[in-house]
Parts: sequence; C-alpha cells; structure tokens
Amino acid sequence: MGAIITLSLLGILVLYLGLYKAKNALLPVSILGLLLALGFEAYYWNVEADPLYSGMVIFDHFSLSFSMLCIALTILILLLSKEYFRAISNNIAEYYTLILFSLTGAILVCSYHNFAMLFIGLEIMSVALYILAGIRRNDKASNEASLKYFLMGAFSTGFLLFGITLLYGSTGSFDLAAIKQHIVDNPTGISPMFYGGILLLLVGLCFKVGAAPFHFWTPDVYDGSPILITTFMSTVVKIASFAGFLKLFSMVLVPLNEFWTPVLLTVVIITLFLGNVTALMQTSFKRMLAYSSISHAGYMLFAILSIGANSASGILAYSAAYGLASIVAFGGLILVKRQVGSDHFESFNGLGKRNPWLAFSITIAMLSLAGIPLTAGFIGKFMMFSNVMNDYHTVLLILAAINAAVGVYYYLRVVVHMYFMKSEAEQTVSMPVNFQVVFVVAVILTIVLGVYPDLILRFI
Amino acid sequence: MGNLLENMQGIPLNHYLIFCSIIFVIGVIGVLIRRNVIIIMMSIELMLNSVNLLLAAFSAYLGDPSGQVFVFFIMALAAAEVAVGLAIIIMVYRNTKSVDIESLNKLRW
Repeated sequence: MGAIITLSLLGILVLYLGLYKAKNALLPVSILGLLLALGFEAYYWNVEADPLYSGMVIFDHFSLSFSMLCIALTILILLLSKEYFRAISNNIAEYYTLILFSLTGAILVCSYHNFAMLFIGLEIMSVALYILAGIRRNDKASNEASLKYFLMGAFSTGFLLFGITLLYGSTGSFDLAAIKQHIVDNPTGISPMFYGGILLLLVGLCFKVGAAPFHFWTPDVYDGSPILITTFMSTVVKIASFAGFLKLFSMVLVPLNEFWTPVLLTVVIITLFLGNVTALMQTSFKRMLAYSSISHAGYMLFAILSIGANSASGILAYSAAYGLASIVAFGGLILVKRQVGSDHFESFNGLGKRNPWLAFSITIAMLSLAGIPLTAGFIGKFMMFSNVMNDYHTVLLILAAINAAVGVYYYLRVVVHMYFMKSEAEQTVSMPVNFQVVFVVAVILTIVLGVYPDLILRFI
Repeated sequence: MGNLLENMQGIPLNHYLIFCSIIFVIGVIGVLIRRNVIIIMMSIELMLNSVNLLLAAFSAYLGDPSGQVFVFFIMALAAAEVAVGLAIIIMVYRNTKSVDIESLNKLRW
C-alpha cells in the first residue's frame, strides 16, 4: 500500500513542480519517488500477506514482484525521457504525472483481490494512457492512435464489466476468495451465467493484453503514439495486464479449466501466427515491434493455458526479459529516428560502423526477443515451453517452435541491416549519457538473467 | 427502500438479464457499425449502463449492497473516461475538421 500512496502523492507533487516552473527538478524527483516506492515494495516482502482493506488488495509475493518489475522498468523509461518530452511541448510536468498515475493503476492491477480494484486499476492505467498516446497534438498519427486507443479501451471495459457482473450475479460476491469458494463448494451446480461471464472476461482481458482476434488496435496505437509512450505501453502496461490476467485464472478459475482451455488455446494459436506472419511483412521497425509484441502476448498466454506452480515465475521471467529488450530496442529507435528521421529498417543501415556500441546493444535486445540462449529471452521462452510440455499440448508446442523460428528471421533482419548494409550517411549517431546508462543496465541485466536465471525465478 | 426492493423483485430476474443483454448487444453493434465517433461513444455508454442496470437488479435479488456500490464506481469512472474521450475528439476535430472515424486513415496495416 505504501507504494500506491507514494506514487499517487508523487504524481500530484510533480504536477505542482510543473506549476512552479521547476523543470529541472521533475526528473530527479520522479526517480527518487519511484525508488522510494520500490523500497516500500521491498519492505513488504517479509510482511505476512493477508487481504487488506476488507479484502480489496493483497500484497503477496506475486503482486510485489510484478509491481517491483513495473516500477523498475518505469525508472528506466523515465531516464530515457530526459530530452524527449522537451521536444514535444513546454509543459512537460503533465507527462511525468500521467506516467506516474498510470503506473499506480498498473500496481493496483497487480495486487487486486476484488473485482472493484481490478476495474479501477485498469481504468486508472488506461485513462492516463489515452492522453499520453495523443501528446503530439498536431501530429495526425498521434491523434489517431489516441482516439483508437480510447475507443477500443472503453469498448473492452464494457465486456470486462459485463463479465464481472455475470460472475457477481451467480456467486453474489466480487471477492476473489469468495468466488473461488463458491466454485469449490458447488462443483456441479455452477450456473450457465457464470460460464458466460468467464467468456466475456476473457474477451475483455484479451483486448487489454492485445491477443488476437482482439489485437487489431495494437499495431495502429503502438505505431502512432510517440516512441517513449509506446515503450511504456508495450512493457509496463502489458506486464501489469498479464499479472491481472494470470491472477484471475490461477487463483479463481483453475477448477473450471476444462471449459476455458479450448477457447484460450484457439486464441493463443491465432495470436502466434497473426503476430509473427504480419511482423514478417513490415517495413517499419516500430510497426514490426508492435506486431512482435502481439506474438509475445501469445507466448505469455502459454503460462495461463497450463497453470501450474511455475506459471507465475515463468511469466515474471518472460516479462522481465521482454521489458528490458523492448526498452533497448525502442530507445535505439529514438536515437536513430532523431538522426535519420525515419523508422524504417533502412535507417539502421551501417549502424555497426556509425555507433558500434548502440548497434551491439540493439543486437543483444533482438537476440533476447528472439529467444537465443544466454540471453534472458531464452529463459523466458524455455519456461513457457516447459510449462506447456508438462501438460502434453504437443501440437501447440510444435506450432510455437515454428513461430519462434519465424521470429528469429525478422528480429535478425535489423541486425543484418546494421552490420552488412552500407548507408549513404556516414555521420556517427550520438548517444546521450542517460541513454548510455539505461542501455548498459538493460544489456547487463539481459545477459546476467540469461546466465543465472535463478536470480529472478526464485522470486515467486 | 423495502418497497423499492419489492417492486424490483416483482419482475423475474431472467427478464432483467435478457433486457440488459439486449441493450448491451445494441451497444456493441453500435460501436461496430456506426462511423460517427460521438455515436460510438454513446454506444459505449449504452453498454456500461446496461451493466449498471444488471448490477442493480442482481444486488436487489441477492440482498447484497456491494453490487450497488460497484454501480457508483462504474458511473464515476465512466464520467472520467468520457471527459478524456471528448477532449481527444475535440483534438482530432481541430486537426481533421471531421468526427467521422473514416477520416482517420493515416495508420493502416
């Protein structure tokens, strides 16, 4: 709870700093506040985990570790923002505030124990993002992304709420523990309404995490939003939504898995193929990353498909690897785009000569996203695949392996462009200090997690 | 209050369920086929309000007030969402001079 209160107050404080024109204090204050919140989360690690505030929230190891991951990734993203927001507008305090509020919502989603908190957390998280997606007010692509994100977000909230209502109607409670008790007590007498509710919840949550066939907003929104906001959306927000998704299914709906497994299996297969095959055909690096994030959602759904003792730590490892690699990839894109002015693959031509260190970081990130051994991405994929293998979903495993191979092709395409293609422009790409810090941290973490996966797997 | 509960329970629960589902589906269809952004937003409101009505009905039948409290949460957050949404629509209108969703075609797969 300390972290949630800290972040809410921090958001208001940053807004006031903006009011009093203390522009240089915005970033340090935000980072300090985030570190404080991280400290609070670490402090609660050894406290007995009981549902607090009439069973509204729970801070167990599951929610604490996902919250800490979200806060840490936000710190990295904010470090990248140093000059980024200034180029957009003079009033940058609002952007920091909105990111902090969105993070507050993400932490609520990680730690809910009652559907009311899930709903409120998702709304806090997304409403702030609707605005952030449109912060380039005169850019039509940014406008379009903002409007599409708003319409699809509100639409999916409707499905989620209808699902929650049907669950409430058949069990008489919004509390996760009470609903679980209801399922355990009446193994045969569960009303059809409850099943309808599960399906609608599934639709709502698949919209939020961007799984096919409810993914169609993702590429447009990720492509149109400013790159830094896309980074936040595709890492923190996605990870938090997955934590909420996994918590609901692993805590409450496990006994009914015969009902929802076929549905989710279909979703996973469509998601994998759609994400990977469409990513192959992209000419823009940013849009390729958007489609790849769809296919990563498919891999992460594996853990929900075969829920077991390892699901939570598997998703944690996968999302940590995915988050770190995405931050490096998008950060590299920011630098390249600043220099060349385009986000197509061609703008990466010759980067290996123009800035070897940047090219090396992006290469590590791509290898991690593709799941090559000795990077964190491999550990994530390995955990997901072994989960599914234990459940004997052989067909799914084969399809996933094909998709992983397809993924290697389009991730390595940018590496080929960096090292083996000549560019017309020979000037070097400069790299500010804050970018260097973030890249060093992210690359080292990616390799360390790939070599010693125990560091993250023993968390939950 | 007791009188109101009796009145609500005078109608079978299934009728509420069917009625709310129909309103919800009207909302979904509205979002999918209408091209005017304002009307899409109205359809989304229709979806949320059908949920509110259903929650109130369940709450009356189960004799449990938490459903009605949830309705307040939904109303408050829907209002916040609409405030942001209208601001976004105005921003788009300033740039495109149109509220037609087809005018937004810069991003395509």
